[in-house]
Amino acid sequence: MDINWPLKIYEVLKKNNIRQIAYVPDAGHKSLIEFCQNDKNMNMVSLTTEEEGMGLLAGAWLGGEKGVLLMQSSGVGNCINALASITRACNFPLLMIVTMRGEWNEFNPWQVPMGKATEKVLSALDINVVRCEKAEEVQDTVYAMMGLAYKSNCATAVLLSQRLIGSKAFKE
Amino acid sequence: MQNYLLNRRYVVTQLLKNRKNSLIINGLGGTCWDVASLGDNELNFYVWGGMGNSCMIGLGLALSQTKRKVIVITGDGEMLMGIGSLATIAVKQPKNLSIVVFDNELYGETGNQKTHTGHCADLSGIAIGAGIKNSSIIKTNDQLLSLSSNINLIKELTFSQIKINNEEGSLVLPIREGAYIKTRFRKAVLGEAILLE
Repeated sequence: MDINWPLKIYEVLKKNNIRQIAYVPDAGHKSLIEFCQNDKNMNMVSLTTEEEGMGLLAGAWLGGEKGVLLMQSSGVGNCINALASITRACNFPLLMIVTMRGEWNEFNPWQVPMGKATEKVLSALDINVVRCEKAEEVQDTVYAMMGLAYKSNCATAVLLSQRLIGSKAFKE
Repeated sequence: MQNYLLNRRYVVTQLLKNRKNSLIINGLGGTCWDVASLGDNELNFYVWGGMGNSCMIGLGLALSQTKRKVIVITGDGEMLMGIGSLATIAVKQPKNLSIVVFDNELYGETGNQKTHTGHCADLSGIAIGAGIKNSSIIKTNDQLLSLSSNINLIKELTFSQIKINNEEGSLVLPIREGAYIKTRFRKAVLGEAILLE
């Protein structure tokens, strides 16, 4: 029995009143983006580069709304200064859901260095990181990291491993 | 060297004299001191870092507070660093957001090196190209006053590039503690109960 983990993430976001969905598309996020796009209570913001997400979600929180940033692991590299100098500098809450590249059976060698650096870079910025390898972990992990972000003013990232994504989205 | 008529402190004074309860986001550097020079205000979110993201903070705020006017006041260098955000903002077309760029064609905080607008970049043209139809360049006092006289009543997305000279005002530094600025702003906008959530 396969778990539809993108649907589970969407349900967690909806249930917890996540309103601003910032994203740079990734194949691994395709289904989740579509679920969110079809929800009129969710405001989709397509970014030209991932670091715009730190500003957007800081502004959202200043105005009383919660959000999430969906991106691929390479996007984490684009975010470094904004994560440090906006999110961390002001203790803004932040929830990022990152689809990993450059690991499980990656065919593009240009993806590998940033994929390997993703978790280290986030940890260097004192961001709370949890990695999901299995579909059954995803729902609880997203819920828990959202809580850490929005109840305790933490910056958090859920990394969805390429093994997990590859076993679902790419084959369908 | 540019020799524009308008002085930045005069411009900020005119722009914000009718702000009412508008929410203000500044860019880091000169525009931060400009906003601070008018006196502290809980409805100012002073940005001290993360160059290139001021307009995006303005977008997130405008989307969450649709009934409040949001004004971003930033500089040419800061705007250039986040130039893609104009495309992101244009897609959303928030009616309550006005972006104002103080353009002195210089990186003022780092030794007055020339920015791209001092060479050939046309910011208001870029804004139009990104999809912000109401984009203009302001060089005269009359043009400035027609923007500033009703800025809190404008109900469409606007982009105003104001050419300013390089006369500097006195250095007025606002509070720096980010978490405090954030929490104070949220309390002022959302009410004290928000602190207990």
